[in-house]
Amino acid sequence: MGYVAVKGGNEAIEKACQLFAYERTKGQSPPLGIDQIREQLYLAIDRVMGEGSLYAPDLAALAIKQSAGDTFEASFMLRAFRATQQRLGYSLPVSTEKMRVVRRISSAFKDIPGGQILGATSDYTLRLLDFDLLKNDEARRCAFREKVFSNLPTDAEIPSAFPKVISILRREGLLADTIEAAHKESRLSDITRQPLAFPASRSASLQALARGETGGMLALAYSSMRGYGNIHPTLGELRIGYLPLTMPHPVTGKPYVVGEVKVTEAEVLARMQGSDGVPRFSLGYGLCFGQNELKAISMAMLDRCTRTEKPSSPVEDQEFVLYHIDGIEAMGFCNHWKLPHYVDFLSDLDRLRKAQNLARTRNLSENADADV
Amino acid sequence: MLMYEWLQKDDELRADKAQTAGYPFGFMDDGAKKEIRRSILKAVAIPGYQAPYGSREMPIARGWGTGGIQITLSIVKPDDILKVIDQGCDGSVNAVNIKKFVAMVAGVTITTDTTAATIIQTRHRIPEERMTDQQILVLQVPYPEALREVEPSEIETRRMHAEADYSRMWLYLYEDIVNYGEITISYRYPVTVNGRYITDPSPIPRWDVPKLHMSETLFLFGAGREKRIYAIPPHTTVAPLEFEDHKFRTENFSGKACTRCGATDTYLDEVIDNAGVGRSYFCSDSGYCDKRRKTWNR
Amino acid sequence: MEPLIRIRNLSKRFGDGCIRCLESTGPQHDTNLCSCCGSVMACNNVSFDLFHNEALGVVGESGSGKSTLVRLLHFEWEASGGCVELHQSAWPCNLPGIFTGGSDYSCNLLGLSHFQKRQLRNALMGIVYQNPHIGLRMHVSSGGNIAERLLGAGWRHIGRMRHRSSELLEKTEIPVARMDEPPCNFSGGMQQRVQIAKALSNNPLILFLDEVTTGLDLSVQARALDLIRNLRSEFNLSMLVVSHDLGVINLLCQRTMVMKSGHVVESGLTDQILQDPQHRYTQLLVASQL
Repeated sequence: MGYVAVKGGNEAIEKACQLFAYERTKGQSPPLGIDQIREQLYLAIDRVMGEGSLYAPDLAALAIKQSAGDTFEASFMLRAFRATQQRLGYSLPVSTEKMRVVRRISSAFKDIPGGQILGATSDYTLRLLDFDLLKNDEARRCAFREKVFSNLPTDAEIPSAFPKVISILRREGLLADTIEAAHKESRLSDITRQPLAFPASRSASLQALARGETGGMLALAYSSMRGYGNIHPTLGELRIGYLPLTMPHPVTGKPYVVGEVKVTEAEVLARMQGSDGVPRFSLGYGLCFGQNELKAISMAMLDRCTRTEKPSSPVEDQEFVLYHIDGIEAMGFCNHWKLPHYVDFLSDLDRLRKAQNLARTRNLSENADADV
Repeated sequence: MLMYEWLQKDDELRADKAQTAGYPFGFMDDGAKKEIRRSILKAVAIPGYQAPYGSREMPIARGWGTGGIQITLSIVKPDDILKVIDQGCDGSVNAVNIKKFVAMVAGVTITTDTTAATIIQTRHRIPEERMTDQQILVLQVPYPEALREVEPSEIETRRMHAEADYSRMWLYLYEDIVNYGEITISYRYPVTVNGRYITDPSPIPRWDVPKLHMSETLFLFGAGREKRIYAIPPHTTVAPLEFEDHKFRTENFSGKACTRCGATDTYLDEVIDNAGVGRSYFCSDSGYCDKRRKTWNR
Repeated sequence: MEPLIRIRNLSKRFGDGCIRCLESTGPQHDTNLCSCCGSVMACNNVSFDLFHNEALGVVGESGSGKSTLVRLLHFEWEASGGCVELHQSAWPCNLPGIFTGGSDYSCNLLGLSHFQKRQLRNALMGIVYQNPHIGLRMHVSSGGNIAERLLGAGWRHIGRMRHRSSELLEKTEIPVARMDEPPCNFSGGMQQRVQIAKALSNNPLILFLDEVTTGLDLSVQARALDLIRNLRSEFNLSMLVVSHDLGVINLLCQRTMVMKSGHVVESGLTDQILQDPQHRYTQLLVASQL
């Protein structure tokens, strides 16, 4: 008999959990170090931190190790851990112009003040498997590292700050004014303390999107890019870098920089009719932890789509988008179908049998009438 | 005992437990528990109304009972006796997991005896033995919205409830009868609570729906993922939606009995044997079945 | 005789509005669009009475405000201003009363809550739209469409509801055998008749007909109009008939209002208006059609 009938469930579950851990540790390879995951799988770390909604690279590495690479599980673990941590306070708002940029591009203009900085990206790589990586040749690694930084021009000036592309557009009156709704919020929502209500406030909507699951958000944004909607986007600016984390001193209230956080920010431009009859570009905004460009761009798209006044497709429906992009909720509910549902199913069987009987007697009597 | 005395005694007991477990008592911080209790009070004050609340993250996945767990953790006291069942069974996966977690963070005693428990958390069944006014039943809810079948939008369903605009739900039932001769809804059968709100009683079978009506027990419903709490207080009318000439009917087990204990008046699980041919029946309420067997064998 | 329902200064504005809206719109300007702020004055201070058992026509071109008027009185859209009062004798006996003092008329119905408006609408009104897709649920059975109104009024007996539905389908000349079929399978004319059956299911006092025959074949139109006329006398209905077709108005209505750019420009007995139109616009309308 299976694990459900009457007794033995306890033992079966414990063994299942042990087997799961065993699968990960049974091989001959040396155990993964947290530092290895953090350094060499840093994009997975970034994704898990964003979806888990907790900026903690070591913990993210641990979660990825423990979940054997299942990023849904890893994000879930970070979220659950976050829920047990005490809230110390809120950081002060910071302008992303203060970002210590490592990558910064704009598709709207060929060249922009400060320049197009490609940074570290896989965008232009040829997706050919590099079989040299199969060997762990330490000497080769060192030589490669030296080569990358040799023969660089020493007189290249790097600006300390990069102006926002959209501020240029704003100055020229080409961008719609900052959404009034954001200014009207006297107290920001906290979606970990209150459930989403619709229409959602700007702060609630952005929070929900920032912790959304990358794949789900990409699928929805993709549908809009392909034409289910009227956004016609252009990437105004994408920047990745480190933002200073500033907290008010608990006693004096003076602002102190306590560290920095790596984020990806995307600003997408779309066309919209201005309220005074003059057409202007409208803005979609995306921001997430770490380097996760697909998510930031998708978030910017979804931010813009869900503010459409007359939604014509699901991706423009704020309720539809915000309810379905949370990876932890979606995965939990999808997985719950594996729980026993036999009582529910039996109830359904009872209904079906009854309905079938009725249909059969109906057919019989109809045939009998027809014969007469 | 006066309310403040009870609360004080509570705090002392809980402080003790908190030190031993290494977590705050009941896993969630006091602020979270208080908020959930306020939502529960609101739900009890408006029978059948879905009160939104700030659902917290739990170490157990969404969709696996986090709503029920949050209610249980907010009302549990160290001297409570907890029973947890899933599909009526104490030994089921989900029930075992939840029991372990609650025992770990609240230090409560666990039981499989319905009559001995003070709090029962359940997934998709109501115990066969009638519960008393000294007990609370906490039900796990996947879909709190009874009208979801006819309307996917939350904004619209909240308006429908607010204005008691239920004709679309009734129309759905009418069409069922026209198409199939019967209302085909099996579990999650919609009921009218206190003559006002149409409520989803959670995926309990029709068999269990009559137990909600004019009961002595408090029923609390928790939907963690959807972030709603609702309640059916004791002595509240609960009427399944039915027509005068098509009345509500429960499942039919006539001619069948439980192979283990011989019961002919309980909800029975149908089990297909290994050969894939024969059918056996067992009480879904395993705790009750065990009790009956003990007396049967005597 | 006192009117069944009194409408005074009913207005509907789309847009923010400004002080120039009233003076810069209307028939004399040939527009309902305010040149200053871009708001649309769809209905502008419309006042009239509707009596028991009479058919009142509302005629005008598109953009005249006639459909807006129907939407406002049917409580589908929020009015920007005005007063709608119901005579005491028409108040449904199962609804709590809202009459103050010794007045024969109710308070302003436009100020009631959504819930109250819906109850009143269910008990008192029926509507037939030009486009049956608006008035019917195309994938619910025809009997179900009719039953929805009964269910909203508290009917809970399937047999009795089906009996009532078949009665109404007979009256509207739809084969009862098709009661369980969805209207998406029916012809345009039949869909209109299902709408009529649905509108009559609760024995309303007022029936709104919004361009109901526009878009139908002439022969189908004639049949529908005949049906409506017969039903009106059988059910003692008051009707508000909106149309741009003077022929329809002539056939159905004893009195008529002519609307242009949100205003009522002329009203009176249908015969008189058609034979001796006073307002310049009415003259134009009559000349172009008859």
